[in-house]
Amino acid sequence: MPLARRPTGLWRDAWHRLTRNRAAVVSLVFVILLVFVALFANLVAPYAFERQDLESTDLGPSAGHLFGTDLLGRDELSRMVYGSRISLAVALVDVLIVVLIGVPLGLAAGFFGKWLDTLVMRTVDVLLAFPSLLLVIVVITYLRAVLDQPTGPVLAVIGGLDNLTGGLLGVFIALGLVSWLTVARLVRGQVLSLKEKEFVEAARMVGASNLRIMARHLLPNTLAPVIVAATFGIPGAIATEAGLSFLGLGVRPPLPSWGILIAEGVRNMRAFPHELLFPAVVLAVTLICFNFLGDGLRDALDPKLKVD
Amino acid sequence: MTTFIVRRVLWMIPSLLVVFTLTFVVVHATPGSPWDESEKPLPEAVKQNLAKQYHLDDPLPKQYADYLINALHGDLGPSYRSVERSVSEIIAATLPVSAQLGLASMLFALLVGIPLGTLAAVKHNSWIDYVASLITVSGLATPPFVRVSLLVVALSLGVAWLPTGGWNGIWDVRAIIPTLAIGLGPAAILARYTRSSLLEVLGQDFIRTARAKGLQEVMIVIRHAMKNALIPVLTVAGVTLSNVITGAFFVERIYGVPGIGRQFVDSVTGRDYPLLLGIVLIFAILISVVNLLTDISYGYADPRIRYR
Repeated sequence: MPLARRPTGLWRDAWHRLTRNRAAVVSLVFVILLVFVALFANLVAPYAFERQDLESTDLGPSAGHLFGTDLLGRDELSRMVYGSRISLAVALVDVLIVVLIGVPLGLAAGFFGKWLDTLVMRTVDVLLAFPSLLLVIVVITYLRAVLDQPTGPVLAVIGGLDNLTGGLLGVFIALGLVSWLTVARLVRGQVLSLKEKEFVEAARMVGASNLRIMARHLLPNTLAPVIVAATFGIPGAIATEAGLSFLGLGVRPPLPSWGILIAEGVRNMRAFPHELLFPAVVLAVTLICFNFLGDGLRDALDPKLKVD
Repeated sequence: MTTFIVRRVLWMIPSLLVVFTLTFVVVHATPGSPWDESEKPLPEAVKQNLAKQYHLDDPLPKQYADYLINALHGDLGPSYRSVERSVSEIIAATLPVSAQLGLASMLFALLVGIPLGTLAAVKHNSWIDYVASLITVSGLATPPFVRVSLLVVALSLGVAWLPTGGWNGIWDVRAIIPTLAIGLGPAAILARYTRSSLLEVLGQDFIRTARAKGLQEVMIVIRHAMKNALIPVLTVAGVTLSNVITGAFFVERIYGVPGIGRQFVDSVTGRDYPLLLGIVLIFAILISVVNLLTDISYGYADPRIRYR
């Protein structure tokens, strides 16, 4: 019997479905553009982000300064271009945390069960029950104070790293506390049902070790939902960093996090609303694009999950 | 059912204790106090007197026990920053403001989110659905401090309909922007849940039966589908509350609302640790109670669920 169509792989199918989703494609293009802007910020930005020009402060948008200048005469566009580096670094670290902490913990909890499962899942439950920003703020307050007066070599090294990243390390540590939770729960649920399947039994019959079963048989089967969950996690992480920087708990000035730009814009909004409008819109568009991309990936990778 | 409620209430105590103990330990491990930052360093003797006044020289377990016992009597200790008001008094003064704002935001979320989700599901895949999903994603993706900034730029600075900040009770026009800014987040969550839940119910057999016997579409949706579709939406009550609380941190600060959210942010930036601890405790209790009520009401709303 002839096949109705040529057989295609899972990833090819998924790519095909993703590219048919207009919102997802536009979002993907935007995200790729953002990555390039961040990578080549020094080429894209018309000025250095910290360059002050006290003769031309608080300018409106013009040909020389597309997004205008701030109260120190710094070019807003250049500051936003460099700010994209911070947002994308946060996105990258968030994904790393998901992959390096969330996935292994969920895998182990689901596979080994018993006390390990109870321990991991109770921790997840307690941490998920409270607003993550509340926890993050308490932890950052602690880190900030400890790193201000480091005692001992370990803290001195951490403090040095924190200074090197302009205050981002605290944000990363705080993200490490909360951003793996949902993925760990998700992977654990998947593993619970997968490990009863015949192919796992078959692998065990031919003498595969626990580690091999987890890495070669269970992990690939959880990949699609993990990719979707990680994509949905990115806007949350970017918003968390912007929010913390907005409150003065994240990146230290003069580094131009979008959150800091928005905070400065709020201070200046009555006289110069454009200083608030541009960074707020760029942040909003970025977050919306990651959400649309997540929606598209979910529909593309897991057609069963799709409600419609 | 009664056993379930009793057990669930008893469960609340240890989980609250865990959150409280963790926060207490972290806050007390945090070095520094507000009087470290003053221009002129205080003499050692004065610092010791201050430590004595605030019982900071007691052993930690004693401080912990004292705090818990006092907290049970409604006394959350003195504030580091405010001389004339204790932590309990500050909370008593600011919580009602935030409660009004929070309730108004929740009401807004219910009145907008559920109809929006319903429309999107009934007019599935039409332009109404797409517009609704754009509103939903915008609400989900933008953090509250971006929403409030954009609303102020548009409604206060752009068309000058509303004041740029301040608070004069919930019935004043000044309450509109903060209510919208906080409420849009939970509204988006509710809309998304209502849509997917209703889509699922509308595909079931009893809806086809209702259509077959000639019921009007409006009656089918309201009398038959909504009843079932709204039960799963109940589960997001806790998430929406978290959303409202986190939203209040930013919105109250930017718009100048004298609520508990702003106090929380001020306690963090001002290193007022007793106030920070007290507010975290209040939020933890609030969220636990709402989660408890959700679980219980879920059991009553859906007779198919049997708690053991």
